[in-house]
Amino acid sequence: MPRNTVYEATIDYLQILDEEGNFDRKLGKDLLSDEQVVHLYEQMVIGRHYDETAFKLQRSGRMGTYPQNKGQEANAVGSALAMVKGTDWIVPCYRENAALFMHGLPMHSILLHWMGDERGNQIPEGVNQTPIAIPIGTHMLHATGIAWALKLRGEQACVITYFGDGATSEGDFHGAMNFAATLQVPCIFFCQNNQWAISVPREEQMASETVAQKAIAYGMPTIQVDGNDIFAVYKATKDARERAVGGGGPSFIEGVTYRLGDHTTADDARRYRDPAELAAWEGKDPLIRTRLYLESRRAWDDKKQIALDEQAKKIVSEVVHAAEEIDEPTPSDMFDSMFAGLPEELRVQRETLRTSSLGQNPGQVGLRAQAERA
Amino acid sequence: MAQLTLVQAINQALDHEMARDDRVIILGEDVGANGGVFRVTEGLAARHGAHRCQNTPLDESGIIGAAVGLAIAGMRPIPEIQFEGFLGPAYDQIANHAGRMRPRTRGAITVPLVVRVPVGGAIHAPEMHSDSPEAIYAHSKGLKVVMPSTPYDAKGLLLSAIRDPDPVVFFEPKRLYRAFREEVPEDDYEVPIGEGKVVSEGDDLTIVTWGAPVFQCLEAMDEAPEDVSVELIDLRTMWPIDVDIIAQSVEKTGRCIVVHEAPKTAGLGAEVSSLVQERCFLHLEAPVQRVTGFDTTMPYYKLELDYLPEAERIGAAIMETLAY
Repeated sequence: MPRNTVYEATIDYLQILDEEGNFDRKLGKDLLSDEQVVHLYEQMVIGRHYDETAFKLQRSGRMGTYPQNKGQEANAVGSALAMVKGTDWIVPCYRENAALFMHGLPMHSILLHWMGDERGNQIPEGVNQTPIAIPIGTHMLHATGIAWALKLRGEQACVITYFGDGATSEGDFHGAMNFAATLQVPCIFFCQNNQWAISVPREEQMASETVAQKAIAYGMPTIQVDGNDIFAVYKATKDARERAVGGGGPSFIEGVTYRLGDHTTADDARRYRDPAELAAWEGKDPLIRTRLYLESRRAWDDKKQIALDEQAKKIVSEVVHAAEEIDEPTPSDMFDSMFAGLPEELRVQRETLRTSSLGQNPGQVGLRAQAERA
Repeated sequence: MAQLTLVQAINQALDHEMARDDRVIILGEDVGANGGVFRVTEGLAARHGAHRCQNTPLDESGIIGAAVGLAIAGMRPIPEIQFEGFLGPAYDQIANHAGRMRPRTRGAITVPLVVRVPVGGAIHAPEMHSDSPEAIYAHSKGLKVVMPSTPYDAKGLLLSAIRDPDPVVFFEPKRLYRAFREEVPEDDYEVPIGEGKVVSEGDDLTIVTWGAPVFQCLEAMDEAPEDVSVELIDLRTMWPIDVDIIAQSVEKTGRCIVVHEAPKTAGLGAEVSSLVQERCFLHLEAPVQRVTGFDTTMPYYKLELDYLPEAERIGAAIMETLAY
């Protein structure tokens, strides 16, 4: 009787630009032009400013709970650049705002969402995105389904869905991965492994060495990348997209990063997180190393930085204005988007803004009213 | 016109719509070559391609979640769940995703899909194969919920459901799948969602029901004394409820019984009863009665006919309500 090894697997880790700004010329050859890197750096800086402004809006009572994206910008922008705007789809979680903006979502939408207004989810025509997803992992199945539709129609397009390390514990993570691989649909599963699911660290979330290896069980190409390195993120996503639109099915990317902020503004990570760990990751901030890279290429300097900071401030201030100046919603708005056509019961509720029926139907004359009339 | 069973009528509707609209795709466990556990999708993979009648992995949440994605991207998916007892894992995707997508995006993203699910008891099935969860879905907003009781209605309601721009949960009473045949036109026709049907006219008492119990009600009416005149309403849609057809009848008869397989407490009988007292309070000659499943879990099949609202219990309620 034989006893053979029937399957062996390894997980590659890809890093091209390290935290000191050292660049691997071989791996990074002809990957991104200086213009592209400048563009991504700008998107990250604007995104960081947006994030900090959103935090302040919540603290000053102008907005509800908000989950900061701080520290995870490279995952967002590096992958977004590899996707084709207007052709591909993005099915996000809530920590990749910059990717959504790069693919056409108006920036005030995200603020509106967290200001408690569904109009923040009203994705404009031609922007291939679903709204940010609050329940964890459930949206991944929608990504699989959208990718399935693209495959059925023979479109040269692809879907990318983002989720965190915690989401990989959900049943729908398994379902989405398994359906996607079984049906060989063009979908990229991008795990933003930021090490924490609210207060639960990665090692309490799973016993696997990496998140990336989970994809092996589904028969899916997989890689772990430095998620704070735009080059590695871009390269992995670009490869996955090429595979997907070429009929090679789904891929998995684990972008190793860190949540530099609290889970949300309602959270205080000091209750459960070692400050030394946070400090170590602050040094790995994607903005710092990308700037170092650009400076080494003589494509960036203090003057440009000052101009960019000014520009970011102006853009975000206009976005806040747009979100705050929108007309107040009216109670009838609750009803108008429930169905394509309003059922009678909802029409009555909309018109009267009541659910009690007495007094609404003139045919309803009670015994007391009858006696008074008589 | 062909005489079709409920299963055949649903199959014909699916076949018709797949031929008419290439956005329509069926997905579910065993729906391909096997034709589904009840053979409702028999022959559809062969006729329209396996990719349009797609076997999926065994994952109810996955089936509905993937269908939500297909619908977002412009397809018209018809996911099949094998038994209503397995709907639980898919509840989140149905209620929190299919049902909410239009309102949460202010109409920017819509989810036109039809979840087909066999429902109800009396077929000697194993456990968790005989429940009646329609009230759960009628209570979950953003969904329409229907349950036909005849082959004609099944085809017409299914065509309406597939063409509806919003998600519909389509319950198929498995007790009726092959119970009888009925003339079903081969043509295209729709039975509108939200409209009940007077199955039998009467003057003394109104029975409101849906699904398989329509036939237990007819049996009870047959067995009632000849001078008892009962009006039987098949609601056909659980949400939005056709309150007008109920109110018009009860205003005439003054008495009302609601019959359903689901448990009594917080079942849709409570909703119908409430609507009747809101609309017909001064017309009522007797309290509205509910003849339903008990507030127990659905028993294994040795006791299922004791649990379900069979003709004898309905008959007793008819006589007691008339005597009030």
